[in-house]
Amino acid sequence: MAQDVRLLESRFVPTDEMAAFYAAHSASGGIVSFLGQMRGDGAELLELRHFAPLTLPGMRELAQTCITRWQLSGLLMLHRTGQMAPGEPIVLVAAAAPHRRQAFAAADYAMDHLKSESWFWKRERRAGQWHWIEPRADDYAGLARWV
Amino acid sequence: MTARLVFLGRLEDVAGGAERDVTPGPLEAVLASLAPDLAVALLGERVRMALNGVLIAERGGIVLRAGDELAFLPPVSGG
Repeated sequence: MAQDVRLLESRFVPTDEMAAFYAAHSASGGIVSFLGQMRGDGAELLELRHFAPLTLPGMRELAQTCITRWQLSGLLMLHRTGQMAPGEPIVLVAAAAPHRRQAFAAADYAMDHLKSESWFWKRERRAGQWHWIEPRADDYAGLARWV
Repeated sequence: MTARLVFLGRLEDVAGGAERDVTPGPLEAVLASLAPDLAVALLGERVRMALNGVLIAERGGIVLRAGDELAFLPPVSGG
């Protein structure tokens, strides 16, 4: 299976997911992975919302774009929804390719587009108060690198 | 029968809830029935709309029918 894209409502274990991905792509020349997790910077909770008709279909389309553009043998793309505590994994992307540069680029591209183009909204709770997180200029700058 | 508005992200806070049932009709009439601050937020130029789960390219001429669901999608922040 070239594409493994999932929207997860409860905590996942990145090492288990990566072990399965390594096993499935043992013949690939290189595998690059990125794990995004909730920072321990004072926020008590993080909540990710999505819009079911668009979010997962959009992630699948993004995965296919990566697979085609960098001739990947596999792409893993996991994204949490719901509430998370500090230290919990939020997003895991892994790309398996014939050569390392393709794997690095595909994982980088996937993350830039997950952050600023995929249908997620994030809010965090600090001192008992929820605040929506607005996209950062840096996130859009990440996207612009690929134009 | 009513139509339904769905508010994502910070728009939920402005609306005071994640969704709201409204009387069907032209979008302008639906928006006019809402609190002015909510209508202004929904019309923000970076807010996208999805009618029954499909993104809308053009905002003009939208008429909500009974059972329709119109979602308002502010700038995203994932990852």
